[in-house]
Amino acid sequence: MSILAISLIAIFLLSGGLPAIHEIGVREFFLGTRWAPDDRYPAAPAFGVLPMIMGSIYITIGALVVGVPVGLFTAIFLAYICPRRLYVAIKPVVNLLAGIPSVVYGFFGMVVIVPIIRPIARELTGGGTGESILAASVLLGIMILPVVISISESALRAVPDNYLEGALALGASKTRSVLCVIVPAAKSGIMAAVVLGIGRAIGETMAVNMVAGNQPRMPTHLLRGARSLTANIVMEMPYSYGLHSDALTATGVVLLLFILLINMTFVFLVRKKR
Amino acid sequence: VIRVLSLAWIPLPLPVRILLLIGIAVCLFKLLRWLYEGLPEEILRSLVKFWDRLFLCLTWIFTGATILALGFILFHILSNGIRHLVAPGLFAVQVTLGDISMFPAIVSTVLMVVIVLAISVPLGMFTAVYLVEYVKTGSRFVTIIRSAAEILAGIPSIVYGLFGMMFFRVFLGFGYSILAGSLTMSIMMLPLIMRTTEEALKSVPDSFREGSFALGAGKLRTVFRIILPSAMPGILAGVILSIGRVVGESAALIFTAGTILQIPSSLFDSASTLTVHMWRLSNYGRYVNETYATAVVLLMIVLLLNGISGLIARKFSKS
Repeated sequence: MSILAISLIAIFLLSGGLPAIHEIGVREFFLGTRWAPDDRYPAAPAFGVLPMIMGSIYITIGALVVGVPVGLFTAIFLAYICPRRLYVAIKPVVNLLAGIPSVVYGFFGMVVIVPIIRPIARELTGGGTGESILAASVLLGIMILPVVISISESALRAVPDNYLEGALALGASKTRSVLCVIVPAAKSGIMAAVVLGIGRAIGETMAVNMVAGNQPRMPTHLLRGARSLTANIVMEMPYSYGLHSDALTATGVVLLLFILLINMTFVFLVRKKR
Repeated sequence: VIRVLSLAWIPLPLPVRILLLIGIAVCLFKLLRWLYEGLPEEILRSLVKFWDRLFLCLTWIFTGATILALGFILFHILSNGIRHLVAPGLFAVQVTLGDISMFPAIVSTVLMVVIVLAISVPLGMFTAVYLVEYVKTGSRFVTIIRSAAEILAGIPSIVYGLFGMMFFRVFLGFGYSILAGSLTMSIMMLPLIMRTTEEALKSVPDSFREGSFALGAGKLRTVFRIILPSAMPGILAGVILSIGRVVGESAALIFTAGTILQIPSSLFDSASTLTVHMWRLSNYGRYVNETYATAVVLLMIVLLLNGISGLIARKFSKS
């Protein structure tokens, strides 16, 4: 059943996307920096998806910069430092963070994070509404926290106890042994957590759409807007038709390729661990 | 200062500049390390102690930040939303297009959840039972299905939305409808339900199976009378988790179930769920207070579901 579902998804996306890529031109599509589907005369419509690819990448990197250190340290705290009673209180909090709908996150970003960034953006770049790569990164950083925390926590817990005991017996303090022995030992699991976090960040649609500004141009500044692949689809699909609609499907294909690549990396990392 | 530090004065393409920055950082790090190792013993020792302290502090701070982030989101939404829950027309049964009433959205959400569960729970559960109880472990077939489910779980919801739009809405001709939306969601939920059921089945000790066989029960009877009941709490927790996912999903539904706010009179009617409704409200810009109130309702549902699944999990781990 799941195999059937995957093949159906692949067939339908490819059948919509590949002819469009062919019609636009592979080079034009992947390396074109102009996305102007509504241009009619005198300029021809252009379907260059590179701005969106770069937007997605920048936002994802930003999310990792925010989310990975926080998530990793929280995981270390949960696995080794925090007392049992506190753990029982914190764990549900992390689970709850995973359960909040992305629209609620997006709305939170719209009414809280964006207004905070707006004056800074006006000061530094002389304009902008605050809807920016930075806003999206911070928001996504919070959103990938539960994934990063839970997977790296289980990776840390999977390290055999005698590693810690050995380090302690050699005279290292507890924090030192966790930092220098346990964390390197759990490295591949932590990497897997990061990779999964990337997957979540790149696939997130609504929250990014609500705070990233969505201008279809090459990202220029941290405090200026950018459009991600996902936002591109969700914004233009409702009114698109013909080649435009197929080009959006092709955007979905690009997204799917990214995700498959990330998934393969994840599987590879997990395999290596065993 | 920032311009100088980020090397903005060197005309280079951005990727090259980032690589250069990373290179400089690595060099600096090496230099520091070299200096560091040349220090006398006692200073080194106190430095190590300092780093330990710093690390410990960082773990506390970052964990605090995580909790604070959640606390702040919850507090902000609740404190701004609860007093607007009494706004006129928020739960009106009679609606017009572009209305703010949550009532039809709640009805459609419940309907959607019911349909999705009715489709994906049996499918996912039986697949998992088959994989765990009937197929030999380590066979190629299992590996293929499992990796397929893993890929399925990683696909972003917007891609499901695209697929649902092309397959259910256009190819099968369902149009914008509850049916198209819930079929799309069912496929999305399959891997989650499969995974949790598998975990639950695997945690049933083998002695249960052996005991049942020893008493003369057949395979089918063993699975349905012994193993499934004892794995039920785990399966239930997975089901509740997927209810939460259905309630929270929006990107996959915009193109399949549509965004029309109405109480659906048939499966082929378009209807927006609570999240889609909230997304539309937030886009208007006029209805900020109503959006807050909708967010409160959504959060309540999520909190409730989380609480229930937590209770079940606790019961499960006790017994």
